[in-house]
Amino acid sequence: MKGFKIIVLAKQVPDTRNVGKDAMKADGTVNRAALPAIFNPEDLNALEQALRIKDKFPGTTITILTMGPGRAAEIIREGMFRGADDGILLTDRAFAGSDTLATSYAIGQTLKKFGLYDIIIAGRQAIDGDTAQVGPQVAEKLGLPQVTYVEEVLAISEGKVTMKRRLERGVEIVKCPIPLVITVNSSAPDCRARNAKLIMKYKHAKTISEMQEANDDYLHLYNDRPYLNIKEWTVQDIEVNPNELGLAGSPTKVKKVENVVLQSKGAKVVTSSDEDMNQLMLELIENHTIG
Amino acid sequence: MNSVFVYCEIEDGQVAEVSLELLTKGRSLATELKCKLEAIAIGYNLDGIGKDIFPYGVDVLHIADDKRLAPYTTLPHNSIVVKLFQEEKPQVALMGASSVGRDLGPRVSSALHSGLTADCTSLVIGDHEDKKLDKVYTNLLYQIRPAFGGNIIATIVNPDCRPQMATVREGVMKKAIFDAGYKGKINKLDVSKYTSDTDFVVEMIERHIEKSKVNIKSAPIIVAGGYGVGSKENFNLLFELAEVLGGEVGASRAAVDAGYVDHERQVGQTGTTVRPKLYIACGISGQIQHRAGMEESAQIIAINTDPEAPINSIADYVINGDVAEILPKMIKFYKANTK
Repeated sequence: MKGFKIIVLAKQVPDTRNVGKDAMKADGTVNRAALPAIFNPEDLNALEQALRIKDKFPGTTITILTMGPGRAAEIIREGMFRGADDGILLTDRAFAGSDTLATSYAIGQTLKKFGLYDIIIAGRQAIDGDTAQVGPQVAEKLGLPQVTYVEEVLAISEGKVTMKRRLERGVEIVKCPIPLVITVNSSAPDCRARNAKLIMKYKHAKTISEMQEANDDYLHLYNDRPYLNIKEWTVQDIEVNPNELGLAGSPTKVKKVENVVLQSKGAKVVTSSDEDMNQLMLELIENHTIG
Repeated sequence: MNSVFVYCEIEDGQVAEVSLELLTKGRSLATELKCKLEAIAIGYNLDGIGKDIFPYGVDVLHIADDKRLAPYTTLPHNSIVVKLFQEEKPQVALMGASSVGRDLGPRVSSALHSGLTADCTSLVIGDHEDKKLDKVYTNLLYQIRPAFGGNIIATIVNPDCRPQMATVREGVMKKAIFDAGYKGKINKLDVSKYTSDTDFVVEMIERHIEKSKVNIKSAPIIVAGGYGVGSKENFNLLFELAEVLGGEVGASRAAVDAGYVDHERQVGQTGTTVRPKLYIACGISGQIQHRAGMEESAQIIAINTDPEAPINSIADYVINGDVAEILPKMIKFYKANTK
């Protein structure tokens, strides 16, 4: 049986779940350097669904597409260590300041150029924005149906994918024809671990910029082993209207950003002694808060 | 003046709570902007839905009624909303930040190139000056939300593209009838003109939607736990105290992620917004996303081993100490004083 061409949309994100005290600068802006950059968690759930399809349908290929700065190539390698076949890093200063719409436009144009896809799978949302917009917007840009909040791909047959969706208040099983865009929830199975053989195979996989920077003598390797080349695309490689990119292409503008500064209400401090606790409960009962 | 639109989510013939809350907010925005409030209801057997919607002060209700439109699937609802917005050109469009609104909103905003802000915690009308263009925009919708792990609060505007779209979670806005006898107009849409056969490619094989079991939104007292509670077992203490006080148990995202309790108990920007008489925060540090969902509680007690925890700054009472020691004492002294 022939396999499927799968694109996994992934994002490298600052780990906002573990924000330390040094994460904010004195001027109230975010100190990105203090936050570790990680593979967006739900994109890993998405990758796992792609890998399961590949397990079932030999001949399936998985391409990771990410948009970001040069170092985002890390997550492409990370995906290759777990079973992805190759990747595209979409990187250009022209993308700076993109909101979700400008991002989706750039990703959509990249996929139109790349052309080879049956199933596009992304995480439901990224933890640095929690918007859950890029998946559906890419679907719209490509004119494809979308199935969001997917927990499990149950079956693929006769050109249709059957999936279980996990919603806030229930479950749906839906069937959608290929090609389509799927977004995956964190309730889906975790991504498998890195595979030792794949680490050996792909540890030297690099983008052209990384190769030039490393100035290493692996260069002949890349010519002999094309799978070590991670595609690095800029706006030159895709057909775009520059007015739809970056800040200019973003309908939403950040008007104001405020650091979260807390001013104490002047709380009553209570110890855990029996006396204090008794007094507290009495007070709450007397002012009719409880009881 | 172009209208404010609210997309009304319909489940089992009922308008979703979040949509009624948004109609309330939409009414006050429309009044301030001196424009009409319009609603969209898409589904099946919607005769009579108007009586649930007009009392919120809706001037025009657009109804698309067709067997194939319920339950919700993305493409036909998207086609109807996109086409209607192209015709009516709303200045503001609001949707619930639910599994429906977060599926539909981005697709609509992409088709209209309008821009969309997700999970807003506040919507305000205000002006905006673009210094570079030397241009002043009046009466824009300020879409306010915590961002970047809650370390910042961002105000987002859409100066040029319309509609200005935002999603809001259930419980963030307050629901209130505007006028029980309010008279609005119904505009029945010809579904065949707004959809095409290709919109119906996604088949619904099975569907189990549950009514929410836990209702923390209307609980007068909430005993909420965070990661600092330490374990699922320790959460039993919270359930015990909540039962004694006649309240419900809530949780922070960290506690839900750690598997201590179910997601439906989550309080905060990505959970439920609550306004109880008393909120007891146990082992919750109080990141902004959590505070956004509970800071309007009438009284707040923070129980924490960290005297610097951000939650303390919005608390009325701060108890420095261990949840496992303090909760049993609260139960004991509550019982002792109410006998």
